[in-house]
Amino acid sequence: MSDPMFAVRGLSCVRGDRTLFAALSLELRAGEAMHIRGPNGLGKTTLLRALCGLSRPVRGEIRWRGERIADLAEDFTAEVAYVGHLNGIQGELTAGENLRLAGRVFTRRGHAGLSEREALERVGLRAQTDRPARHLSQGQKRRLALARLLVLRRPLWVLDEPFTALDAASVASLSSLIGEHMAAGGLALVVSHQAFDLPGIRDFELTRYCRSRR
Amino acid sequence: MTGGVLGAMRAVFLRELLVFWRRSTEVMAALVFFVIVTTLFPLAIGPERRELMVVAPGVLWVAALLATTLSLNHLFASDYQDGSLEQMLMSPYPLSAMVLAKIAAHWVLTGLPLALLSPLLAVQMALPTKAIGTLVGSLLLGTPTLTLIGAIPAALTLGVRGGGVLVSLLVLPLYTPILIFGAEAVAASAGQGFASVAHLSLLGAFLALALSFAPWASSAALRVSLD
Amino acid sequence: MKLIHKYSAPKRFYELAGMLAPWFATLTALLFISGLYLGLYWAPPDYQQGNAYRIMFVHVPNAWMSMMAYVAMALFAAAGYIWNIRLADILAKVTAPLGASFTLTALVTGSLWGKPMWGTYWVWDARLTSELVLLFLYVGYMALQASIDDARRAAHASAIIAIVGLVNIPIIHYSVYWWHTLHQPASLTLTSQPKIYITMLIPLIIMSIGFMFFYLTMLCVRSRSEILWRERRADWVRKLVESRS
Repeated sequence: MSDPMFAVRGLSCVRGDRTLFAALSLELRAGEAMHIRGPNGLGKTTLLRALCGLSRPVRGEIRWRGERIADLAEDFTAEVAYVGHLNGIQGELTAGENLRLAGRVFTRRGHAGLSEREALERVGLRAQTDRPARHLSQGQKRRLALARLLVLRRPLWVLDEPFTALDAASVASLSSLIGEHMAAGGLALVVSHQAFDLPGIRDFELTRYCRSRR
Repeated sequence: MTGGVLGAMRAVFLRELLVFWRRSTEVMAALVFFVIVTTLFPLAIGPERRELMVVAPGVLWVAALLATTLSLNHLFASDYQDGSLEQMLMSPYPLSAMVLAKIAAHWVLTGLPLALLSPLLAVQMALPTKAIGTLVGSLLLGTPTLTLIGAIPAALTLGVRGGGVLVSLLVLPLYTPILIFGAEAVAASAGQGFASVAHLSLLGAFLALALSFAPWASSAALRVSLD
Repeated sequence: MKLIHKYSAPKRFYELAGMLAPWFATLTALLFISGLYLGLYWAPPDYQQGNAYRIMFVHVPNAWMSMMAYVAMALFAAAGYIWNIRLADILAKVTAPLGASFTLTALVTGSLWGKPMWGTYWVWDARLTSELVLLFLYVGYMALQASIDDARRAAHASAIIAIVGLVNIPIIHYSVYWWHTLHQPASLTLTSQPKIYITMLIPLIIMSIGFMFFYLTMLCVRSRSEILWRERRADWVRKLVESRS
């Protein structure tokens, strides 16, 4: 069995004066994905933000390819793509400009994925390329945020409720995107309360690591 | 690798210009504020040219400082709300480089027009013609420092109640040296003191100091605010 | 280093501070009594200012402490931010209002001293002006600290502004002094007396040490209540409350 690419040990996170979860451990190998589950208010978003290095956990360590992410700094963020609650889309720019910018600012040389045209095609937004992003519908904005994953081509995807505001057909086509990503050796961590069909994804119950619940 | 950082900084810089350009009311707001404040002074003090001349350096500098402070709220706020800032933290390049590019674009759209417009207002305030060059020079050296230092409180107060007022409260004490030397430089070349070269070079030194620590401090501040 | 870790646990520090506070308080009282006695009775009147100069024994130590408290606050905050020490966050937070009151006292006593000296309560004297700017720095720090709910984020955010302030204080200080000399070259400043006599220096030093111990006393007392509040859900605090009631 190969070493895990992404390993978390003894992670604890605190919000305010409340411990959300403690002593959390998880491992992901190349080509694996995990569906993190649990009721609202448990700290799923906090967990994802800690896992991609956006927030500092109180305790515990996170290793990427065997090294601590705090030591890797930008070398870690260069390999993670995060889609949070917020789409990260600039309303004043067009859909195409948004993706082109992601390609320039957020990718190192030689690491670019699909071109913005191909990515927009893939999520069904080809016709919206030149529309200012603020005129897109909620579902279209969400798809644009997910199209960024294709432009960036990073091995670890961290997705927080990626299917919000999407219709059934889009959910199916986007979960197949995650499937393709896994098939190519990518990793994915997904938080979603919406059911989606993805063979091979493992379930992870966050409740196991939460001692006190209100 | 270095080429990559510079390329990314250029992309951020151009993106900022484009976004601010399409949202031009915010750019204009600081400039209009500057014009209105300096116009209010003669109305309050009286049209006497000799009196105006004495207060002109101070008035012009305070107005520029307040206009810059006012514009700081737009530096990160909209990127914070739509999640672009979060994505910027996930960039493979140092955050401080991205922040520096953002600050530079912000200055080009607020500080620079302010400095370029100042001769017009200087005439309005009866500032001697020989001092106008120094006024523009001191603003060109001083306003980027103001934006650089102001970026730190602007980043710290993201998502905080009463953020706007708090930014002014945090930033104004830090601005005192720049105000002192900026206004003094103009007053000096208007013939009320020493030569202005010394003041201008001090303003340059402040700019160099701010360039070395402000991007770093404001990126640390952004990480705290988005934690 | 081991000792630091042993006592930086809030519970241990709570006990340590409780033990130290009475000693510090006693020392403060002794120093204040002897300093004030020497300053107000023993030291001779100034040949220029008469008895009015005696306010210096309160004004100058407060002005010194206002600067020192800021440095202490920024260093505590930096330690809390860099090494994630919760106790350092607490010490920084409780130092801020203390430093602000030193600053305010220095300002008030300074302007009271100014009345007989300049005939007015406020003059843009270099020391008073830089104390005023320092007060604004303290107020900003406390406002930022108060406007963020999450204790950790509040501590880290205000740590950054404290460090930025620390870098700026010398620059602000010197630019204000320079600005002052430029505009009022002939005026009399509060502290640039031609010569300070040893009989005035001794009470001044005693009062300064007294104020330093006053700061330490208050630091112990205030950090104890802050620790109790932050740890209010912890078992040891609950037991403590039960044993008292």
